[in-house]
Amino acid sequence: MFASLKKKETYQHYFATLKFALYCITHPFDGFWDLTHERRGSYAAANTILILTLLVRVMKLRYTSFIFLRVYWEGINIFLYMASILFPLLLWVVGNWALTTLFDGKGRLGQVYMATCYALTPYPLMQFPLMVFSNFVTVDEAEFYMVLSGISVVWMFLLIVAAMAQIHEYPMGKNLLFTLFSLFAMLVIIFILMLFFSMITQGIAYFMSLGREILFRL
Amino acid sequence: MKKRITKIGALALGVVIMAASGLTAAAAERSYTYNYDYWGDVQDSPDAYAVSNVYTSVDFGLELGLKSPEGMFVKGDLLYICDTGNNRILELERVSREKFEIRRIIDSFQGNVAVKTFSGPTDISVSEEGDFYIADKGNARILRLDNDLNYIMEFGKPIDSTLDPEAAYQPDKIAIDTAGRVYCSASGINKGLIKYENDGVFSGFVGAMPVSYNWTDYIWKKLATQEQRAQMESFVPTEYDNLYMDREGFIYVVSGRVDEDALDAGTVSAARKLNLMGNDILVQNGEYPVYGDLYWGGDDSGYTGPSYYKDVTVLENDIYVCLDRNRGRLFGYDDQGRMVFAFGSNGNMNGYFRQPSAIEHMGHDLLVLDSLDCSMTMFSVTEFGSLIYEAIELFDDGDYDGSERAWRQVMMLNGNYDLAYIGIGRSLLRQDRYREAMDYFELKYDEDNYSKAYKQYRKQWVEDNIVVIVIVVLALFLIPMGIGKVKKIKHEIDIADIFRT
Repeated sequence: MFASLKKKETYQHYFATLKFALYCITHPFDGFWDLTHERRGSYAAANTILILTLLVRVMKLRYTSFIFLRVYWEGINIFLYMASILFPLLLWVVGNWALTTLFDGKGRLGQVYMATCYALTPYPLMQFPLMVFSNFVTVDEAEFYMVLSGISVVWMFLLIVAAMAQIHEYPMGKNLLFTLFSLFAMLVIIFILMLFFSMITQGIAYFMSLGREILFRL
Repeated sequence: MKKRITKIGALALGVVIMAASGLTAAAAERSYTYNYDYWGDVQDSPDAYAVSNVYTSVDFGLELGLKSPEGMFVKGDLLYICDTGNNRILELERVSREKFEIRRIIDSFQGNVAVKTFSGPTDISVSEEGDFYIADKGNARILRLDNDLNYIMEFGKPIDSTLDPEAAYQPDKIAIDTAGRVYCSASGINKGLIKYENDGVFSGFVGAMPVSYNWTDYIWKKLATQEQRAQMESFVPTEYDNLYMDREGFIYVVSGRVDEDALDAGTVSAARKLNLMGNDILVQNGEYPVYGDLYWGGDDSGYTGPSYYKDVTVLENDIYVCLDRNRGRLFGYDDQGRMVFAFGSNGNMNGYFRQPSAIEHMGHDLLVLDSLDCSMTMFSVTEFGSLIYEAIELFDDGDYDGSERAWRQVMMLNGNYDLAYIGIGRSLLRQDRYREAMDYFELKYDEDNYSKAYKQYRKQWVEDNIVVIVIVVLALFLIPMGIGKVKKIKHEIDIADIFRT
């Protein structure tokens, strides 16, 4: 695996797939079809986009003007903050795949992940310049920032929806329906996780009290 | 593989420790004087006011002790205390910094009127000419006496069709303006302040509180039947607890009976500043409304619910101090509605209250009357407090340089005092030192002032660097154009026929 890192073609392929993200976000239907069917995307590029998204999200905390973002530093846990992207992403990928695979979805788990990451591209692409821009505006000009920031997020979500349609080869109506179902599936997973964790804690507490009881009797 | 497991273990341990430390940090005891920062966290503060003395009947030299005193009024060096339970009014003179001497004990008056004594007087006001206006609550009248205690006139129950003719009239708190008009808040009347012209004619209600209700009550009421609705509490405005006429003729009114949910939602305000039309013109530019304590749960004092504003007084520098009967606290706000200080608590020590009923001021000194303890506490400003006042007063006078210096001293005494940072910033802004001002505003998240400073700074920067900007912009256009031109000429030369041989 490491041998390939020395080859020039590996990097050419990586940059080509990374550059393809720019094509995807401007031509979503065409782009996301080619992403998997023509093998023009790569996991390396998808991971890069995800890491950039996380990086920009964390950097925003410190470098956005306080006019738009005030951070209560005492309450920030950087891991939890990054999890606020990673956890929903994980839920979405698993939930979406688990549902669509039962209903003729052509996408595999990895492909769902790759397409979703590619669809995140507008976020780092727009939020980073906006972060710099935010330091050069006053309260009266805040609207520009708000609108552009809103556009980047809406764009991102539209891309995710479009990407799923192409990955699973769904018509638009079915795709929208399964987007809603996937969101519902995410809720179900959260519910099961919470149930699981509360059961585990109760189980542990039971055995701990059992152990304590035995220690008392000894 | 083993190494990886220990790493994850360390991470999990870190998360647990972080969660645990977050829990223990929440419970902290606050100091006597405190303030809230931008985030609403309690910030301990040096005392802005310290008790200089607590006066009881003995200190005043009274034979008959005070009994549930309710009202106070200050005019120059004279202090009037309504000794409500003993049906009398005390006239005291402040002879030195710490000493009050009895001048008169007013319990009756002369004149052509049937009842020449008081019955539970709750408030007194003295006009410029020295006429006394006394809310004689038990006798359902507001008396006007001259300085030698001769009866002049009285203001009776307003003649208004909306008032229940059977209900007793109970004038509670009064204020008079320079023209001799009387404003009165009466128990059981919630239509606002009762306003009398100087000839005693009732001329209407001013400044009723907006009606407050919450949505759940509203929906229940919509669903209820006629009979159920009659059983329910009706949505009516709240009556005022007290009023204070400031030196400019604006009336500050406070009410402690406002609905908790409405207060939280911001639809009503516990304190209002009324203009002549009865409209609320109180500026609330602070991060939080002027409702006193931000946290309404039971704290160390054990009292729950929002602060109950019982009285208010307005200093000459437009700082107003509200008295909270619930937790026995005083809250000072500046003319922008930002909290200047908060201090006090319930208790039996000096500087703590059992049932504070009225607040007044003499210069910068604050006087607080306790109706259960039958005592009056005098607070005087500390170095910290006087520096704050100096900074605010200098700023109002236009001495921005001096104001900045005073705020810097305040900051030295209390580095967690948000107003000091914003004060320095505002002074710097007025001195055209925009870049420095921006830093101070940014530290305390004052985006409006920051934007004002930044706008000027940006303008200045562009004006200073206009030549460079023009050159850069031109270069950005011209260099690619030039390169294109050169390439084109080169290309034309290359393909030109004459060079082809």
